[in-house]
Amino acid sequence: MSEHTLKPGSLPAEVLARFDRLRAERRRTTVIGLAIFALCFAAAAWVGEFSLSRIAEGAPRIHEYIVKILPELRVSQFGEDMAYWFYGLPQWLALLWETVLMAYLATLLGTLGAVLGCFFAAHNLTPNGPAYFVARRSLEVARTIPDLVYALIFVFAFGLGPLAGILAIAIHSMGASGKLFAEAAENIDMKPVEGLRAAGANWVQTMRYAVVPQVLPNFASYTLWRFELNVRTAAVLGFVGAGGIGQELITAIRMLYYEDVSALVLLIVLTVTCIDLLCEKVRHHFIGKENLA
Amino acid sequence: MRIDIADITPDRVAALRASAPQVFGGTVASRLASQAVWAGLIVLAVYCLVRFDFSPVRLWNGLGQLGAIIRHMFPPQSGGAFMEFAGAILQTLGMAFLGTLFAALFAIPLAFLGSKNILRFSPGRFLVRRGMDFLRGVDQLIWALIFVRAVGLGPLAGILAIIVSDTGTLAKLFSESIENVDRKPVEGVRANGGDPVQTIRYGFIPQVLPMFLSSTLYMFESNVRSATILGIVGAGGIGYHLAERIRSHRWEEACLILIMILVTVGVIDFVSKRLRQRLIGKATH
Repeated sequence: MSEHTLKPGSLPAEVLARFDRLRAERRRTTVIGLAIFALCFAAAAWVGEFSLSRIAEGAPRIHEYIVKILPELRVSQFGEDMAYWFYGLPQWLALLWETVLMAYLATLLGTLGAVLGCFFAAHNLTPNGPAYFVARRSLEVARTIPDLVYALIFVFAFGLGPLAGILAIAIHSMGASGKLFAEAAENIDMKPVEGLRAAGANWVQTMRYAVVPQVLPNFASYTLWRFELNVRTAAVLGFVGAGGIGQELITAIRMLYYEDVSALVLLIVLTVTCIDLLCEKVRHHFIGKENLA
Repeated sequence: MRIDIADITPDRVAALRASAPQVFGGTVASRLASQAVWAGLIVLAVYCLVRFDFSPVRLWNGLGQLGAIIRHMFPPQSGGAFMEFAGAILQTLGMAFLGTLFAALFAIPLAFLGSKNILRFSPGRFLVRRGMDFLRGVDQLIWALIFVRAVGLGPLAGILAIIVSDTGTLAKLFSESIENVDRKPVEGVRANGGDPVQTIRYGFIPQVLPMFLSSTLYMFESNVRSATILGIVGAGGIGYHLAERIRSHRWEEACLILIMILVTVGVIDFVSKRLRQRLIGKATH
């Protein structure tokens, strides 16, 4: 790099001209971007029936509703008030346990599917072109259709209850994790794969001894994260009759059992937080092991 | 370094094992513990399978039903309501757009308050962060149900649900980018006599703005997906039509809606990915 001494006001004319041109260009882009944005905003507000007057109308009602669902807790008789607020605790805890089990089984099934699918959907590992195409497209469809929609359909096919919910979450998880797994598998070091191929290993042996050891920590970490998400999902699948605590919550909201709503929401948040913390612990355990090796 | 096969004698292996035991795998106790964990997880899975009645008969019957449903789905038909569906898809996009936009606007100040390098007062930061965790802990669909009760059926409830649940997520993402800024430009502006406003404008904003925009676009993609189901609980968008068609067993119309959702999500993902690449590209050059 050559050295320049720059004094204010002594810049060469062509540098200044270039600066002006770039700045004008940049400003033009910004103005066009803002115009597109304003257009999108207006269109969105129109189709979304969104206006300040509606917000102003809704705000007091939201406040009123929140006041209604909050329990009355007095310091003088805190114990009794808490007992009254959480009168359904044993039943709710059983439902929360069911919710967590649903998420567990669904994560397990979904991950099995994703692991099988990802070896076909990673372009560096796939045995052949058609398998790659089919695997990619099926994972895409599996993850783009929301779990709640699968649940709605499965409730008809498999009947009301947790079975439909578990299958719904499992299929969605398979698609979502399968994509991430395939991406992780595409980023591996290919030397062990070539080594095994050169030594005459077949496709299954190559996957087992060259790929799995490299991707396992990644997969474990994604799976834990997926489990956290699935617990959240399992908690709302009851809205469409697919098992778990959601059924209780939607009943409380629809039937206007105000204080039950806040109790249930609080329990769900606590459960989700505990699961998140637990998963974080396990994840650190895995990472710690990796660094040691 | 070359190792000769002849050098690997049992004595040498034993010496190495004594000097660095962790390289040779875990101790018996740690291996037993990890096997116990795996066994526990498998037992739990079997328990779940039994408890939730994963009987082959039930699965077989269910799959038969599912096959019948899928056969009914093709060919997809509009039932004369194509324009209605298209309008609902646009409404879904509008809800996701407004929800994400307002969530981002609310998240920016909260993100600055929740960042270590901005707010040194740690109890305040703790409060902001836990509050955000609470907002994120409650699923969007639960917020939607609550807002449907509070402000009535329609897209407004959905928009509010997106705003509330995503303010938490975006504030977390934003504060991560704020904490990861390069200190040098900030110190440079300060050393040249910049006041606090100028420091934020010329030190922070150029670094964090592309990251903010990119996270926001990413959340927009995610919200388009989640806004498609908000209608199932009556909070506006295409989900209402979908749930209604599924409940009344009009499978061929449900299938058309699903295809429309797949196409919309695909297009939005493509456009947003392009935009994000441009923004991040600008940030790194």
